[in-house]
Amino acid sequence: MPEVILENISKSYQDGKVKAVKNVSFSVEKGELFGLIGPDGAGKTSLFRVLTTLLTPDSGIATVFGCDVVKDYKSIRQHVGYMPGKFSLYQDLTVEENLNFFATVFGTTIQENYDLIKDIYVQLEPFKNRRAGKLSGGMKQKLALCCALIHRPKILFLDEPTTGVDTVSRKEFWEMLQRLKKQEITILVSTPYMDEATLCERIALIQEGEIMSINTPQGIIEEYPKKLFSIKSSNMIQLLDDLRKYDSIDSCNAFGEYHHISFKSENTELAKSELTTYLKRDRDYKDLVINDINPTIEDCFINLMN
Amino acid sequence: MKQFFTFVRKEFYHVFRDPKTLLLLFGMPIAQIILFGFALTNEVKNSKIVIADYAKDVASERIIEKIEATKSFEIEQILLSTKEIEETFKKGKVKLAIVFPATFNSDLSHQNKTQVQIIADASDPNTATTLTNYAQSIIMSYQREVQAMNRAPLQINTEIRMIYNPELKGATNFVPGVMALVLLLICVLMTSVSIVKEKETGTMEILLVSPMNPLLVIVSKAVPYFLLSILNLTVILVLSITMMEMPMNGNFLLLYFASSLLILAALSLGLLISNSTNTQQEAMLISLMGMVIPTMMLTGFLFPLENMPLPLQVMANIMPSKWYYIIVKSIMIKGLGFVAIWKEMSILLGMTIFLLTMSFKRFKIRLA
Repeated sequence: MPEVILENISKSYQDGKVKAVKNVSFSVEKGELFGLIGPDGAGKTSLFRVLTTLLTPDSGIATVFGCDVVKDYKSIRQHVGYMPGKFSLYQDLTVEENLNFFATVFGTTIQENYDLIKDIYVQLEPFKNRRAGKLSGGMKQKLALCCALIHRPKILFLDEPTTGVDTVSRKEFWEMLQRLKKQEITILVSTPYMDEATLCERIALIQEGEIMSINTPQGIIEEYPKKLFSIKSSNMIQLLDDLRKYDSIDSCNAFGEYHHISFKSENTELAKSELTTYLKRDRDYKDLVINDINPTIEDCFINLMN
Repeated sequence: MKQFFTFVRKEFYHVFRDPKTLLLLFGMPIAQIILFGFALTNEVKNSKIVIADYAKDVASERIIEKIEATKSFEIEQILLSTKEIEETFKKGKVKLAIVFPATFNSDLSHQNKTQVQIIADASDPNTATTLTNYAQSIIMSYQREVQAMNRAPLQINTEIRMIYNPELKGATNFVPGVMALVLLLICVLMTSVSIVKEKETGTMEILLVSPMNPLLVIVSKAVPYFLLSILNLTVILVLSITMMEMPMNGNFLLLYFASSLLILAALSLGLLISNSTNTQQEAMLISLMGMVIPTMMLTGFLFPLENMPLPLQVMANIMPSKWYYIIVKSIMIKGLGFVAIWKEMSILLGMTIFLLTMSFKRFKIRLA
């Protein structure tokens, strides 16, 4: 039986005026690292709050290790670790005091589960007498993770843990999650960063309260229906404009230093050479580079969105 | 139990690590007690007055002697003409002038009736009234003296008697009121902010997703503020007894017990506000607006409740401070015991139980 099950969960705010979550169903297996990927306002936090018993769904059933989120909220609260999107520890307490406090709140001690947080805590230890409010963003996230883990939860809910954290700390954070997975803790993580999706075992792409696709990251990429190319020139803004006006282009999106394009026709090689000729001869692009590429999660997301 | 103590300790950290909270907690009571006790008192001390004595006879001189003897007046000058009086008033230093007519004593002895003029600077009507009352009572006391010697019938016989506070000391009136105001304000304000703060910073989210009993959260929030308020009460008492010459005729233990009741009522009210609001600002606004003005108005220490319209008198009954004010006056000034104030104490207890139950019920086990 899956560890987390959602069946047709809906949640709205302001008396139904704002529909945050629309008929969402999915499940997470025990020990899985499951990612909820979507932009801000997609409904990720609402889903997390339903699962952590902080909000009741308007309709639908959700269970966490077999307990109903509405009726059995007390037993769920015993065994989940929750890290809200906003840094939510006591800023005026030191690192050690925060950790001690949350350990006691969950009826345990730091020593009891030290092996679980050891890898993370050793990095915090030099700052253990510093107030939490004075820590750097990455350190705050590590401390919050420690506090969420201190009682060895069965499931860890991490709501946008890497938002506002630098690239190095983000990478470290994901490495920590991979290690935790080995401890057989089920992890549900949400993120707006598409590049982090590939680090999960399975992901759900969510947009405007609806799940667009659930699969392994590889599976989602394989589902992408078209052949994808990247294109580059010295005048990227003009190029984007020209590509979008060009008839046989199906989609064209800016991705950093390249534009990603796909063609309407099945015969992509022909379409590609036609486009190259058009751009070089008619539009006078001299330094044009076109490559075959594999789609990224972001490509899939944009494709599903349209 | 360990959870509870950890929680209480955490609350103490919050208080002691925030200089603003500390200042509010201990600075405000001291400032208020001193402000109300000294600056805002309606007691009149060392008021400068002038006397125009045209009579210069035994009667007028005896009265002047009596005036000199009181602490209320300080005779600046003894003048000779009414013109000079006007000038001294214009300079603004003098608050009151007493004029004895030339025939003062002879009128008194021959007609059993005489006149004395009292002129007061009524730009401050309260002080003026108080001062004229003082002056009148001094003159009356002279009248009684003469009457006792002469056995002559006197036409004016005003009896002014002030029980419990014969010297019209401001402190005896203000201190119990300020005690009620300060304790109520501090407790309500502090606790009302405390739970909302956790909601605002998001820590409440984590606390909710934990096995922590909501009851424990609420109670452990109240404990530090209860202890600090008792400490505060001690500071206020020491200040008012040593500096304000506030009498303490009753039992200290009883006073502390009664004060604990008020503190508990205030803490419960604070928790109720905290559980019903979502931002610190909202909570602070409600506790300040909802507490300061009604407490000042409806406790009875600034304006006598008896003179108020009936609806306000009824409203005053729901103010814990009204009952506490009665209790403190009974214990400290009148020196009464438990039997005299059990009614007021039970009302406070009832309020506490009601407010506490309400705040338990309003505690949200979820975010919405």
